[in-house]
Amino acid sequence: MAKPLEIQQLSFCYRQGEHADVFTDVSLTIGQGEIFTLIGPNGTGKSTLIRCIGGLLLAYSGKILIEGDDISTMDSARTARIIGYVPQTHLPTFPFPVREVVVMGRTPHLGTFSSPNEEDMRVAEEAMKTVGISHLEERPCTEISGGEWQLVLIARAMTQEPRILLLDEPTSHLDLGNQMKILHTIKRLSKKGLTILLATHFPDHAFLISGRVGVMKDGGIPLLGSPEEVITEATMKSVYGVNVKISTITGDGGRRICVPLLSREEDGPL
Amino acid sequence: MVQQPDSKTQWGKEHYSILRAFLIILLAITTVVSLMVGRFEVSPGDVVSAILSAVYPFPDLSPTIRSVIWDVRLPRVIAVILVGAGLSIAGAAFQGLFRNPLVSPDILGVSAGAGFGAAIALLITENIFVTQIMAFITGLFSVGLAYAISRVYRITSTLTLVLAGIVVGALFQALTSLVKYVADPFNKLPAIVFWLMGSFNHISTSDLVVAAPLLLGGMGVLYIIRWRINVISMGEEDARALGVNLEREKTIIITAATVISAASVSICGIVGWIGLVIPHVGRILVGPDHKLLIPAAALVGASYLLVVDTVARTITVTEIPIGIITALVGAPVFAYLLRKNQTGWN
Repeated sequence: MAKPLEIQQLSFCYRQGEHADVFTDVSLTIGQGEIFTLIGPNGTGKSTLIRCIGGLLLAYSGKILIEGDDISTMDSARTARIIGYVPQTHLPTFPFPVREVVVMGRTPHLGTFSSPNEEDMRVAEEAMKTVGISHLEERPCTEISGGEWQLVLIARAMTQEPRILLLDEPTSHLDLGNQMKILHTIKRLSKKGLTILLATHFPDHAFLISGRVGVMKDGGIPLLGSPEEVITEATMKSVYGVNVKISTITGDGGRRICVPLLSREEDGPL
Repeated sequence: MVQQPDSKTQWGKEHYSILRAFLIILLAITTVVSLMVGRFEVSPGDVVSAILSAVYPFPDLSPTIRSVIWDVRLPRVIAVILVGAGLSIAGAAFQGLFRNPLVSPDILGVSAGAGFGAAIALLITENIFVTQIMAFITGLFSVGLAYAISRVYRITSTLTLVLAGIVVGALFQALTSLVKYVADPFNKLPAIVFWLMGSFNHISTSDLVVAAPLLLGGMGVLYIIRWRINVISMGEEDARALGVNLEREKTIIITAATVISAASVSICGIVGWIGLVIPHVGRILVGPDHKLLIPAAALVGASYLLVVDTVARTITVTEIPIGIITALVGAPVFAYLLRKNQTGWN
């Protein structure tokens, strides 16, 4: 069977004729049920790459294959039945109840002139249960917290019944508790067989959810592999320009952690 | 966290069928009252008899009453209902599409364009039919022009489209002023000014033959696509990620709303404020879900415009242009709603 996601020599620039590509000749293959974490500094194209894969940016060169099919030949509804995309947070204009937002995930399964029926509602309710927001279903989506809204967006993507889930910085702006809630949900979804690609600003999260890690930098993904291989004190220094301390903690299964340090060699100890 | 069990929004949503029945009865009552009153009073019984006389002859019914109802008041009442419902639906659809509760169906320049077409027609001919056709065509043309301008920039963002609409609207308003300036001030100018202020004064059955199918068709399209408006109102990127063919569906919604607005202007001139204010009233009643909002706005808008039109033609000896009253009522009501209903949108 074809790989869920295969990217071949992908390049992208926002304006034609502009010399600087956001990224150049990126190739990446993600296997069935894998969690792939993209890290890297601001502006290196993590979101852009995710939006290309989600079919939202079309002016790229190279190829994106979804389950063996070129995404540029697929219509948007077909793409949305395979790929669920969780965008970076923005609040909607109208205060729809949470349930109405989640059921919008049925859109790619419905005709232009139809609206969701009982069965679609049931899929939405199932997704809300999976993500753990069933108690919010009647609440206006403009009156819930940032973490809850992020979970609503994940539930909406789940309602698409996708096989691939793309998440663009799902934990930014969230407090610790909500961050762990989101990561926990992501891990659970991957156990259900979903192929997951997420971008994050926290290298530590790669250790938390394991899977594979890619570091986006200088228009490519120069570092790629298991979190233990990729996230080292040396690589983090070269990628983010800060000193980090990597160590293994007792507890949480003896996993590694990555902690940034405030001190820099040139300053000496603070 | 404590749930707020009984806000007004939820009452209308939870008891939607009761609310809908109430709004339908309200429309029926305003319709009958509107058919009764006027320079020639007709009793409620005679109104019903006159309407039923189409299928069942009432020998006692005076031919005058039958003629007043059938030839004068009924076409007018039907036109008012269709325009009131149509502009309200078009406004609700545009507010959802443009994710902005402050837009009206005019936002892409349809009224300004249709007004210009009508002014030109009134300048060169007395023929009401030509005026209507010209208004309708220039109304569609102005929105097409706005769409084409937004395309030139190769960014099909909604904001570009709105800006292009404002440009086109301003252009046609200036051209209308030019037409007024050159028009004969004793004969043509009053006709143009009065027509632009909006009135159902001259509606006859023949006007409805063309306009009614256009209005009903536009409303029908917006009615069946109403759930998609929810999805589109989440923003362009979200809608696309959810599999919406955004360009196609935007075109469908804009075309339907524009046909409604252009057809309205072509039969009754520019009736402002309805398409802006009524969707807000609808949101207070049933919440933001367009599935409920579109039908609710249609019923409220039809009843409201009927009341206004009845007042416009009965309150003084000569008729007051309806656009003046909708603005006089709409502006303060809108100011009040903005204060009151801050939860209707974000």
